[in-house]
Amino acid sequence: MRQDLTVQQMSEDDDRSPPLDLRCGAAPSINRARNCSGEAVSGSGSSTSSSIPASVPVTVTEYQSQYPDQVLEIVLENVLQFLTSRRDRNAASLVCKSWWRAEALTRSELFIGNCYAVSPDRARGRFRRVRSVVLKGKPRFADFNLMPPDWGAHFGPWVCVLANAYPWLEKVYLKRMSITDDDLALLAESFSGFKELTLVCCEGFGTCGLAFIASKCRQLRVLDLIETEVTDDEVDWISLFPEGETCLESLIFDCVDCAINFEALEKLVARSPFLRKLRLNRHVSIRQLYRLMVRAPQLTHLGTGKYGPSEVAQRQGDTEPDYIAAFAACKSLVCLSGFREITPDYLSAIYPVCANLTSLNFSYATITADQLKPVICNCHKLQIFWVGVPCVIDYQCFEEIWVLKLILAVIMQALDSICDEGLQAVAATCKELRELRVFPMNAQEDVEGPVSEVGLQAISEGCRKLQSILYFCQRMTNAAVIAMSSNCLELEVFRLCIMGRHRPDHATGEPMDEGFGAIVRNCRKLTRLAVSGLLTDRAFGYIGKYGKLIRTLSVAFAGDSDMGLKYVLEGCPKLQKLEIRDSPFGDAALRSGLHHYYNMRFLWMSSCRLTRQGCQEIAQAMPRLVVEVIRSDDEEETDNYVETLYMYRSLEGPRHDAPKFVTILR
Amino acid sequence: MEGCSKTGEQACPQLLDLMAKERREWRVMRDGEASSSEEKKLELRLGPPGGEDKRWSLKDSTNRERDAHHHQYLLSLGYFSSTNNSNNNGFSFLHHHSSRSLPVMAKESSQPCCTKVADLQSPAEKKAFLSSAPAKNTAVPNSSQKRTAPAPVVGWPPIRSFRKNLAGASASKLPASESPNDVPSKTVNEKPAHEPGRKNPFVKINMDGVPIGRKVDLNAYDSYEKLSAAVDELFRGLLAAQRDSSAGGIVNKQEEEKAITGVLDGSGEYTLVYEDNEGDRMLVGDVPWHMFVSTVKRLRLLKSSEVSALSREKCKTRYWLD
Repeated sequence: MRQDLTVQQMSEDDDRSPPLDLRCGAAPSINRARNCSGEAVSGSGSSTSSSIPASVPVTVTEYQSQYPDQVLEIVLENVLQFLTSRRDRNAASLVCKSWWRAEALTRSELFIGNCYAVSPDRARGRFRRVRSVVLKGKPRFADFNLMPPDWGAHFGPWVCVLANAYPWLEKVYLKRMSITDDDLALLAESFSGFKELTLVCCEGFGTCGLAFIASKCRQLRVLDLIETEVTDDEVDWISLFPEGETCLESLIFDCVDCAINFEALEKLVARSPFLRKLRLNRHVSIRQLYRLMVRAPQLTHLGTGKYGPSEVAQRQGDTEPDYIAAFAACKSLVCLSGFREITPDYLSAIYPVCANLTSLNFSYATITADQLKPVICNCHKLQIFWVGVPCVIDYQCFEEIWVLKLILAVIMQALDSICDEGLQAVAATCKELRELRVFPMNAQEDVEGPVSEVGLQAISEGCRKLQSILYFCQRMTNAAVIAMSSNCLELEVFRLCIMGRHRPDHATGEPMDEGFGAIVRNCRKLTRLAVSGLLTDRAFGYIGKYGKLIRTLSVAFAGDSDMGLKYVLEGCPKLQKLEIRDSPFGDAALRSGLHHYYNMRFLWMSSCRLTRQGCQEIAQAMPRLVVEVIRSDDEEETDNYVETLYMYRSLEGPRHDAPKFVTILR
Repeated sequence: MEGCSKTGEQACPQLLDLMAKERREWRVMRDGEASSSEEKKLELRLGPPGGEDKRWSLKDSTNRERDAHHHQYLLSLGYFSSTNNSNNNGFSFLHHHSSRSLPVMAKESSQPCCTKVADLQSPAEKKAFLSSAPAKNTAVPNSSQKRTAPAPVVGWPPIRSFRKNLAGASASKLPASESPNDVPSKTVNEKPAHEPGRKNPFVKINMDGVPIGRKVDLNAYDSYEKLSAAVDELFRGLLAAQRDSSAGGIVNKQEEEKAITGVLDGSGEYTLVYEDNEGDRMLVGDVPWHMFVSTVKRLRLLKSSEVSALSREKCKTRYWLD
């Protein structure tokens, strides 16, 4: 099998390589050779901080005469140091066994896209010198409560092995993993040179765990908590950072919804001269923000906390600090975010920095288009823009008075233009825009949303360099999507979420097939696609036919029959991540992907029309695939249809930590 | 739809009639129709589609929400009968496609809805009507019509709870904020195990003039009204006892156990306030219920006359010393 992970078909050159024991003995000398041969190599690791002495002379010729391959190996390892891309490294490791070994010895960044695809021991066994680990756990749909809690993705088993195997570990990046305070404690204690911890969409720990990290990781440069749940253990973790100057470069804790000791934070910022990125949580008021900014004018990334006064401040009636001057003093500021619980009066304070901003996140700020426009009109360099759009009227409360509702609906149509206007301002000014995300503030389906196809059309005409878009709306037309497909040819990520399920083109009443078809046809660089609205199998036909580079596809409430899924599985050779919910795809469609599942990271299908037998067939046909059937509760399945299928390739077979509601089919 | 067939050509837009009197007739129809179990699933029901599906978890909905769905489905049924293709979604004037709905209404007026209503029992339209249901219950040809306001579905729209919680926080400041009754629909989307609820659900509550404080379990209530009623129950006796003792122990049966009312809107003798996790004192009732539950630290019943004095002084510590 082409992609069989265990048996790597590679040429054997064992007859020329030295015996195993000598091999191990030779390793240190290879080390020395490398150090002697030159300066610290960049590439995929930060070997600069290693303390291997460089003074030992090497007699390469001695080895050379006996084992000519040694030199080749040394050269290879030196060359491979420069290979940073993991895909390149994967390819290099398949050339032959010696390349495999050399690559394994020199890989310092370990990326594991699915923590269950490989065991910690196996990873440790192959890669001996790892400085940085990226681990991803749960599938993305778990973020939307489609997966019961305690499904898995525990960091515990990993941190135990990492602690033993990689004492020089410096960086850990975890996404959608379940982490406990003990895990963080072990991490903090095990790696003396630990530098960077980034936790994205994780959960399971609290401020206790943060306290361990703060107090024990003396070399810590980066502590980034992004959209991670942190329980409030009422521990003052901020004051546990070491005294004296710190190495902190980035401190992001906007998602940590606990009160913090502000005085300690202020002192921390004051003694962190290298701090460039600071994102505060909503417990920091604007007055406090001022004090921090004054101490850290070198910031490049700033996340304001609560962008407004606390009640206490209001009462005091002190003179307001000069916020404008504080912002003006931050001459390096390029990224601004936060603005929670915003008091719009203070928005003008950021005008001085707008001209330099490349990234602006207003997605938590409830402001009107009129308040947004003066800010946006100055942001000529903006490349990344996230905005939240409030929905003005909820007319659920008017359902009894249907006449009034009709009238309101007419009015709303006029009001629609208000927030499309904000996007029009963006389109007019931000010619460098690469990434746009438009979120709804009121995430309900039937409330009128003030962005529509008008906004999308404007963006497509104004922001020609757009690479990535995530756009929530209530209604859309094919015409606007087609316009975007022909205007924004650089698009790599197109995620359109028409929040009303099965909504057709609201101007023509037709399905949204043609719009998405145009996207896959015209945007030749597209790698990620999320579809919505009323879609027939035809849309999937287009995706299968034209979406040759697509790696991630998200489908919800779409398609007519098995053909839809078949088109995709048969047509998209690069597909790695496929997540589907509430679509009428069944066992026959599932079977049509047998040739491809080993190439994929995972397949998720929930509330589709899969039977247990169908899933069983797949499990039996593909031994290296872990086929999980997930129920939403502990009861036995009464329906014939499987609620959730989550399957992924793995070298380890069924996992041992599966909870009761998960059945692994064999 | 008996009424409609009698009137024959009568215009569909007699929707007000539909709403009012046809409700019962729909019921009748439902009871008579179901034959096979498959048909039972597909038959018209007065509820959200796929009602037996666990995911829809309507147990938590208030009656008000049920009625809302009632209306919406009734109205949509009226229009389903008159349009044959998916292209015309103008029928759903409950949708916001407002400008189209008026002409559509006029257009449909000449068609009798009754005969089409019979068609509703045909598989195609049945499926269409229930097309919003999780696909496992129905065959779903999506090219047919869609019903209007759907019941909330888990995880849709796909927005992380971080953003939803914040939306709740900021929305409460908007002029037209949701009523607390909307909370049940929001909670469907909340993480079940990580609800923004409390570790410790018991909150101390003190009342002015009553030296004994009580504790309330906020998880036992789901609205301010219920909390208010509970508060009344907790303190009514205590307050009466307090009054009796201050009156010299003379038990006056008539005065005993006067109800404590109006604590939420300032109309009563006492007003309910609370201290939140930031230490601020707030009037109870301003923010959505689940937000309140997650931020409240202590409750207090103040004499209403003192409430305005408080807001001037903002001297929090004095009041929380006990």
